[in-house]
Amino acid sequence: METDKSKIGSFLFNRSVQGFFYQIITLGLVALGIYYIVTNTARNMLERGLASGFHFLGVESQFDIGMTLIEYSPTSTYFDSFIVGLLNTLLVAGIGILFATIIGFTVGIMRLSSNWLIAKIAEAYVEILRNIPLLLQIFFWYFAVLRALPKPKQSLELYDSFFLNNRGLFIPDTVFGEGSSIIFYLLWITIIISIGIFIWAKRRQNRTGERFPAFYVSTALILGTFFISLAATGFPVSFEYPELKGFNFKGGVKLIPELVALTFALAMYTASFIAEVVRGGIMAVSKGQTEAAKSVGLKQNLILRLIIIPQALRVIVPPLTNQYLNLTKNSSLAAAIAYPDLVLVFAGTALMQTGQAIEIIGMVMGVYLFLSLFTSLIMNLFNRFMKVDGER
Amino acid sequence: MNTMRISFLGLVCSVLMVPAAFAGTLDTVKSQGFFNCGVSQGVPGFSNPDADGNWSGIDVDVCRAVSAAIFGDPDKVKYVPLTAKERFTALQAGEIDVLSRNTTWTLSRDAQIGLEFAGVNFYDGQGFMVRKDSGITSAMELDGASVCTNLGTTTELNMADFFRANGMAYEPVVFEKADEVVNAYDEGRCDTYTTDKSGLAAQRTKLADPDAHVVLPETISKEPLGPVVREGDGDWADVVRWSLNAMIEAEEFGLTQSNAKTECALTSNPVVARLCGKEGGTGAGLNLGDSWSYDIVTKVGNYGDVYEKHVGENTPVGLARAGSPNASYKNGGVLYAPPAR
Ligand SMILES: N[C@@H](CCC(=O)N[C@@H](CS)C(=O)NCC(=O)O)C(=O)O
Repeated sequence: METDKSKIGSFLFNRSVQGFFYQIITLGLVALGIYYIVTNTARNMLERGLASGFHFLGVESQFDIGMTLIEYSPTSTYFDSFIVGLLNTLLVAGIGILFATIIGFTVGIMRLSSNWLIAKIAEAYVEILRNIPLLLQIFFWYFAVLRALPKPKQSLELYDSFFLNNRGLFIPDTVFGEGSSIIFYLLWITIIISIGIFIWAKRRQNRTGERFPAFYVSTALILGTFFISLAATGFPVSFEYPELKGFNFKGGVKLIPELVALTFALAMYTASFIAEVVRGGIMAVSKGQTEAAKSVGLKQNLILRLIIIPQALRVIVPPLTNQYLNLTKNSSLAAAIAYPDLVLVFAGTALMQTGQAIEIIGMVMGVYLFLSLFTSLIMNLFNRFMKVDGER
Repeated sequence: MNTMRISFLGLVCSVLMVPAAFAGTLDTVKSQGFFNCGVSQGVPGFSNPDADGNWSGIDVDVCRAVSAAIFGDPDKVKYVPLTAKERFTALQAGEIDVLSRNTTWTLSRDAQIGLEFAGVNFYDGQGFMVRKDSGITSAMELDGASVCTNLGTTTELNMADFFRANGMAYEPVVFEKADEVVNAYDEGRCDTYTTDKSGLAAQRTKLADPDAHVVLPETISKEPLGPVVREGDGDWADVVRWSLNAMIEAEEFGLTQSNAKTECALTSNPVVARLCGKEGGTGAGLNLGDSWSYDIVTKVGNYGDVYEKHVGENTPVGLARAGSPNASYKNGGVLYAPPAR
């Protein structure tokens, strides 16, 4: 009897049994909650005559979009409009991240400069840009850009091929003719070979201590192959120049002012945060490291490249990831200045025309979630790569 | 990120709210003593706030009429300014009870988005505005133009139709807020600004130099604008619909804000007597007091009073009523109210 009771007791008080029990209960509650939300939503939508489902994705959108990276017209589907918006978001986020990183690192390093003026300029940059709401900055750049630029008929021009006016920047488009695909294959092959060279050079250096000028060799390889193949195929590349026709320029590549202003504002704003991240990261590397490097006779720029930056990066990368994610999410402020991003095109126009808020907001949230997770993944991989060998 | 907030709110509400909560808007409104009216963020003559935040305009007066009908007081209304994009979600989410904000009645909005239109208070159509010095005199000359307009409007679809039908190219430049459309157009971002012609007339007053612009003659669409309520609450829709009808019918029978008191005392016409709340007991069917329509006319005015006060020829908006569809059917327009009996 005694033993039986204590057996049951010990079974009930067993940690893993308890844990299992609570997990089952939690799972049940979550399932119930989801069931309630789904059925209730469906009933509410039916009751209020709201359409539901994803059929609308195959229907003609009937609206036009100002900037599209793929072929698109009002007879394209809502799904196409989703892709157009998504690509526009990726474009502005991609360029924004590139510039934010360059500006951010520059300003961050400037803040640590021993030159008083340079350090103060960098400090002022950070303090001002960090403290003005981003939306205001976007408007500022947008209207500053529009106001500063002339009308199409008075465009600023360069060599009759670059034109700048308040409708955008127009540049010649490169048109690749027949036989040019081989050039691209070769380009890819040389890039892959170069990556191989880098890995091999690093391994060799770890093994023997000898350095190999991987950077120069691979640059020469890529550029050399590119130009030789261009010449060998008889330059199958031509240019299409923008031309003033009626209201505006036609032909060539067009960068709309909304894209320019938005990228500019996002990059400048995010750079002010990145600068602080970089400064913090560099300051986290102890002074002794620099002194030790100096004493073995390394030059200043090598100290920075070989000693400080690799160590600082380990501190910098996690918060930097955050800034990249912020920039991507902030790009949804695009709607304020008519840049046709995912939120404006799909969660805006398409949502208004179909009324399918749940499906559309769901898809848009899915995209941002995916982008966040994807960025984190890439940066985690990078971070692992940057770790000091012994730490792996 | 107000829009995101509202869309999210809409999501949460449609997920959590029990349908029954939407059943009796009229009862809820009566017991809380006011209702929420969704308006624009400022379209002169239609719904526009003054320096002290008091709203006025013909769209605002629809809400004031509803308030007068229910409470005998036109000012039991809270105004919620909304962008074109936010408006339907705000209505569905219960943030507003009536949407009176130059909203076009279309099939998809009526049948697909869970809205119910309660009538038409302005018959409009889409037009284009250009700078005078551009030398353009017809919308058919707009091939290749950059076109500024508002997100989430019928305008976006109509312009796509128009340019496609006429084999012309164009560059849409679509902003979320109306003021940004006006600013961008004023700064020269676009060759033309398109929206409802009433909207053009109203927004034009906000331009740096209104006289430097001209509205082109073409009207490319039908835009019947009117108040909207949530689908599925017929009693509430009736109150809004008949408040508007009463304003129109009062004008048809010569009952104005200034003469209503004396006319109502003297009248021998049964239609007028019903509008004056002296006969017929029209309030009962709407769950309102019998003086509902009298209160509308005396405290807000009939349709003509309201039109001339806010958008008529003697206002900055300056839309002539004679010869337009907004004239009473008695004067060759299409404004015609079903009988309030
Ligand atoms: N009638 C059209 C367009 C209505 C609309 O939003 N027009 C703009 C331009 S006049 C507007 O009223 N904007 C005012 C605002 O957003 O506050 C519709 O229902 O879609």
